[in-house]
Amino acid sequence: MSLMAEAGQKAFDLGVPVSVHLDVTYRCNERCVHCYLDHHDHGEMTTAEIKGVLDQLADAGVFFLTFSGGEVFMRRDFFDLVEHARRLLFNVKVKTNAVMIGETEAQRLRALNVDTIQISLYSHRPEVHDAITKLPHSFERTVKAIRFLRDQGLRVTIANVLMTANLSDHYGVQKLAADLGVHYTLDPTITPMMDGDTSVLALRVPGEELTEVFHNPALVPNQEEFCAPPKPVSEEDLDGYSCSAGHSFCYISPYGDVFPCVQFPLPSGNVRKQKFLDIWNSSPQLAEVRSVKARDLTVCSSCSHLTSCTRCPGLAYMEGSMRGPSAADCEKSFYRTGVPTANMLRQGLTKPRPAAPLVQIQPLPIPA
Amino acid sequence: MSETYIARSSAIAARALAGEMMIMNSADSTFFTLNEVATTIWQAADGRTPLREIVRQQVCEQFDVDPEQAQADAEQFVAELSGHGILLVSDQPLTQEPR
Repeated sequence: MSLMAEAGQKAFDLGVPVSVHLDVTYRCNERCVHCYLDHHDHGEMTTAEIKGVLDQLADAGVFFLTFSGGEVFMRRDFFDLVEHARRLLFNVKVKTNAVMIGETEAQRLRALNVDTIQISLYSHRPEVHDAITKLPHSFERTVKAIRFLRDQGLRVTIANVLMTANLSDHYGVQKLAADLGVHYTLDPTITPMMDGDTSVLALRVPGEELTEVFHNPALVPNQEEFCAPPKPVSEEDLDGYSCSAGHSFCYISPYGDVFPCVQFPLPSGNVRKQKFLDIWNSSPQLAEVRSVKARDLTVCSSCSHLTSCTRCPGLAYMEGSMRGPSAADCEKSFYRTGVPTANMLRQGLTKPRPAAPLVQIQPLPIPA
Repeated sequence: MSETYIARSSAIAARALAGEMMIMNSADSTFFTLNEVATTIWQAADGRTPLREIVRQQVCEQFDVDPEQAQADAEQFVAELSGHGILLVSDQPLTQEPR
């Protein structure tokens, strides 16, 4: 186990929130076809409020801090926030579309010793990328920014969300990342919009296509391990739990709402009403998340994939129960290994059913 | 005898986890965890207190260690961390790195 993995396990065991994802805005200059967010500002935290939250997060033991959105640079105070975070010695990662990053911004991010910049890029073809973002010339601006950031010596990762609109382009994006000298990551997860509109789910990559993605050594280097049949489940496995959401990780929205994860829309408190640590230590919702062991999972505890599945409790929650299966992950486990999941077997299915409709993050009603 | 002054680099990320310091250097993503003794030295690295004083006042006071051995270990630890850019070392008092 690496030193970092050891520290992560220690934080998990001690219940220390070592990692936080903070969306500073839901506003965005792009209108991506698959995006689940409501881009109108419904009362974002002010600069002072966010700085106050950062102070609390540092006191609570948070080490890894991800700034995301929306588009983070839509906030004019963004550098002020990063500067404050770095003064507090967080390890800072920024997720952005990079459209507003020029040479000056790249230099400033370098000077602030930001750890990683993750940039969304959907295709190596400008017309496909721009059609997804609905922002003309966004491909050109994003790639230009990647060069500025790379030239500053910053660690850049291209995040390639995979959907029907760009299904055949991941080879091209991967090659572009290699040509640019930056990292590449692929994500086939598409979630419904915040208002409950599930029409974006039509953009999901069909399950059969995942087989090709998962068995492609260029995309998944450790083929033998990744696609291996599941190992037998032990008693120890049943007493454990693998996801850090709510255990050593949480998500905070631009409105101060706290959730176990950005993909786990269980409202657990609001930092405008309570201290972060009070929420972390006393929220009944987070306590419930932490109480779940693998043996408590209604279907998955009897599944052969239990130890190797990427089961997301947030997606399971969106399907109806944090203890239930996540159909999207059942699908991945099946297409990865060819071995049916317990969820499929109980329904008599020979191949996964298309993923169920999900419920998305909603702001918490704040009492008057 | 010249003194050694040490200061924490502002280029790194750091946080205590259960009494031990996690440190990450953003330049090369090197990740360190410091044990309790090393954490004590790191936290006392204010650029103004000589290393010899840190060992005498902090390390020897808080931990059951031989002073000479503690000084030698501290010097080795400081050399290692300064090699990774995590600690700044000088024979003159240091102020924090400008950002």
